Amino acid sequence: MTIRHHLSNPLLMAYAAGNLSEAFGLVVATHISLCDECRARLETFEAVGGAVVDSADTVAMADGSLESVLARLGPQDAAPAPRKRGFFPAPLADYVGGDLAAVHWRPLGMGVRQAILPTARGASARLLYIPAGQAVPDHGHRGTELTLVLQGAFRDESDRFGVGDVEIATEDLEHTPVAEAGMDCICLAATDAPLRFRAMLPRLLQPIFRI
Amino acid sequence: MGMLLDATPLRPIYGPAPVAPVITGSNAFDWVKRQALVSGGTETDWASLMLAVRDKQDRNAFAQLFRHFAPRVKAFLMKAGSDAATAEECAQDVMATLWQKSHLYDPARASVATWVFTIARNRRIDMARKARRPEPEAVLWGPDEEPDQADVYQADQETKRLSAALADLPEKQRALIKRAFYGDLSHSEIAAETGLPLGTIKSRIRLALDRLRQKMT
Ligand SMILES: [Zn+2]
Repeated sequence: MTIRHHLSNPLLMAYAAGNLSEAFGLVVATHISLCDECRARLETFEAVGGAVVDSADTVAMADGSLESVLARLGPQDAAPAPRKRGFFPAPLADYVGGDLAAVHWRPLGMGVRQAILPTARGASARLLYIPAGQAVPDHGHRGTELTLVLQGAFRDESDRFGVGDVEIATEDLEHTPVAEAGMDCICLAATDAPLRFRAMLPRLLQPIFRI
Repeated sequence: MGMLLDATPLRPIYGPAPVAPVITGSNAFDWVKRQALVSGGTETDWASLMLAVRDKQDRNAFAQLFRHFAPRVKAFLMKAGSDAATAEECAQDVMATLWQKSHLYDPARASVATWVFTIARNRRIDMARKARRPEPEAVLWGPDEEPDQADVYQADQETKRLSAALADLPEKQRALIKRAFYGDLSHSEIAAETGLPLGTIKSRIRLALDRLRQKMT
């Protein structure tokens, strides 16, 4: 798997800061499970967060605070055994409640199926199943849409997206994704409310990257 | 406009850096040591204390970490909008989590400060809303893959370097970046000229990637 389309820095930074919607966070966490490059960038943003805490002011803890925490320290958790990777990376498997067989698909017509995943309001996430050679119907989306390919590949006017790739499509992008011939395409897609997304990301981005 | 803003984010990171002088490699190490001397006195070795907590259930080490980090976490949570009582309670929870989940501490990939930040961030998300936070699959080091000592201390040094980079920024920019990490954006104002030195970030990303690749081989 060669990933060509990665997460943007605004997405990674918002996720590192804990300011990304749950649906977008799911796409980010799933991609990072597949992509070391984005994991390295995420860890770097988290390191900036660490520097913020490190250089933060202090507010004195209450009297007896340390003693009360020491008193409640119990046995430490054991390291979990590594999970066996199924079709879905772990964060996505958690939302599906199992692997591919556990997905509750709903038909959208022309063989296309979708399954809405339970996330907090304000943004939504769904799995899409697109038969090989088939176009994604009714592909209007408000705001920004993130699409992560899990199986197969799709093409649209902008490029080709294979397994692990993320397409970040803004509202302006008029596109008609078509699944490549040869293999049915399975994607994780998330759409955020336009106002919220637009208001948030530029603000997050600018402080770090405006030079 | 920063190069990292590019839509294809990875390529520019490895490209030539058209930015102010960058401190990297052994220079950076020397520089950090010098800073430590300048700031007067011995630097506490948080990584070793955290490893003592993780591997030896050392309560004295925990107490030292608590005295340093708990007041910072409390301040962090109050900046993020908590009242003092809630922040006190949550800071205690964060420190208790640091003990309980110490197996997740990976000194080669995160400084103690960074690790504390991620715990506090997650606690803040729990506090603020009912949404879950999807977490990436963990990268687990096998028993034979313990990172070497140099890597262990480098993560803490990186935090010092990033802290120094933050400290060097004009106050307005620094305040903005901090507020981004407090999750307090509704009140943030964007100054046009804010930014972290790209070089500091870029070298950190390269190191992180190297470590992940070591893990994969
Ligand atoms: Zn990536």
